[in-house]
Amino acid sequence: MLKTANIIFILWVTVLITTPLYAENYIVRAAIMVAMFSSLALSWNIIGGYAGYPSLATAAFVGLGSYVGAVSQVNGVTMLFSWVLATISVGVVSSLLGVLLLRLRGHYFAIGSIVLVELFRLIASSWSSVTGGGNGLNIPILRWDPSTVASFFLSVMILLMILTYMMNIFVSNNRLGFGLKCIKQNEDAANMVGINTTLYKVIAFMLSATLCGTVGAVYASWSGYIDPTESFQIVLTLKVAVMAMLGGAGTILGPVIGASTFVVLEEIVWVNFLDWNRAILGILIVMIIFFLPNGIIKLGILRIFKEKLNQKFKDNIK
Amino acid sequence: MEIFQIIVNGLALGALYACLAVGFSLVWGVLNVINMLHGTFVVFGGYLAYFCWSYLGLNPFLVIIPIGIILYLIGYFLQYYLNNRVIGAPVLTTLTLTFGLDMIVYNIMTVYFSATPRRIRLDLGSFEFAGVFMPADRLLGMVLAVILTAMLYYVMRFSNIGRAIVAVRMDRTAAELMGIRIKNIYSITFGIGALMAGLAGVIMVLIFPTTTSVAGAYLGKAFIVCVVGGLGSVPGAFIGGLALGLVESLAAQFIGPQNAPILGFLLLLFLLLVKPTGLIGVKGYE
Repeated sequence: MLKTANIIFILWVTVLITTPLYAENYIVRAAIMVAMFSSLALSWNIIGGYAGYPSLATAAFVGLGSYVGAVSQVNGVTMLFSWVLATISVGVVSSLLGVLLLRLRGHYFAIGSIVLVELFRLIASSWSSVTGGGNGLNIPILRWDPSTVASFFLSVMILLMILTYMMNIFVSNNRLGFGLKCIKQNEDAANMVGINTTLYKVIAFMLSATLCGTVGAVYASWSGYIDPTESFQIVLTLKVAVMAMLGGAGTILGPVIGASTFVVLEEIVWVNFLDWNRAILGILIVMIIFFLPNGIIKLGILRIFKEKLNQKFKDNIK
Repeated sequence: MEIFQIIVNGLALGALYACLAVGFSLVWGVLNVINMLHGTFVVFGGYLAYFCWSYLGLNPFLVIIPIGIILYLIGYFLQYYLNNRVIGAPVLTTLTLTFGLDMIVYNIMTVYFSATPRRIRLDLGSFEFAGVFMPADRLLGMVLAVILTAMLYYVMRFSNIGRAIVAVRMDRTAAELMGIRIKNIYSITFGIGALMAGLAGVIMVLIFPTTTSVAGAYLGKAFIVCVVGGLGSVPGAFIGGLALGLVESLAAQFIGPQNAPILGFLLLLFLLLVKPTGLIGVKGYE
């Protein structure tokens, strides 16, 4: 059955994937960013939205993925295989870290996960024999026509976006999603009625991290250069969470709406206010917290619109 | 003899960390808010002292009181008008809000003050005692940090405001029922947190070159001290600070200065898993 959310998603994917046909490079680049952040926000949604755990480790896994991808490519692994390698290693690392970190709750979990970003950054910059340290790493770039390269990375990012979207559908329709929603509401009670909370949480954490690793590796191949400060940014971690909240955390379409809106706003801000972009994004975040705590998808206006539609529908039947 | 030098360096650094983190610990403990602005407040205080010193020629020790008042007012009003609206919300909301505010303050600082590393050089010479070498400005900074932390302890322990803050920390509802104006106490606590951060920044700028980009590193130190020392208690933050200072100083000697911060974060993760209440002190609300 096709739900409204899925139809909107398919339409949006069609718009994004056709951008190279009618738009200039700048728009295509923006479309790649939209797809990338949608995948990240959708990934975050599994642990942050369904399970309600304030995970702030996104940037750690994106960075780890880009480093694994970059280091393996520099050492002669082909691009596609380096992405697979990045995905697998981030999956393994995140499940190990999940077992350790998910014993924490609330503020302590937030601190523990945000510290991973800093820790990984420090390791990447001090382990210079492998990672190139603060100088970063140059990755062999694709020697194709620039517009072909852009379309290629656009398709890959959109594929990842579709994968994460399907993962969200799968999780929310599955026992896992139900269990995670129980954990969000009351973890002790969920544990009491027989949900294996530890296992569920670790699976959710791993699912939400693994494809972030792929995204990181793909991004590294696309940009051709990575360094520790760019790869492990606390700003990125929070931006992804804000995107999911902006759209509506814990819903399937919400993160996509949030990521798309945020990326478009960010591009506008970057173009018009070069010096003040950070402050304006900060103001944006503050306003989202105050005025849209439940996200765009749960906005009253939309609900009124929907009700009106239903009303019209009923009137027509009469 | 060298080991004494390392320990003394570690204790001096630790006193600074304690002063830097005590405000963060207070805000976390009392308000249950992870204040992402803290590192930026530190840098802001440091910058104010630097500009007073370099343009107006004022001695940094003289401007401590006005800087403290400025930071207190900023913190008070931020909490009063913005943060109080989301108090009690899930950690993600409060953390993101303070991070958004941090982005604004950070941007204002980079535009008006630029990101050049700055340091106040007082050239006070140095001491040597029993083979242990200590620059005078560092010693002075350490003494100042200990005095400030002790003053905060005194205020928390013996003043009416301090007792009210402790009461709110122990039980919000009961404190409110006893007639404590809880929003006011939250704002005062946040103001004190900002004040301590700013004054720690004044000390930092005397010893280390300070720029906007170290705000994140200072925030990281505050995380570690809080987890090591436990939340919301001044002695806890003090012991946490000294422990971190010693660990970093020893680590810098034995595994290299570039790896020392890694050890700090590993210590944090380890303690989080083993003993999240901190070495002494109490666990936050969950």
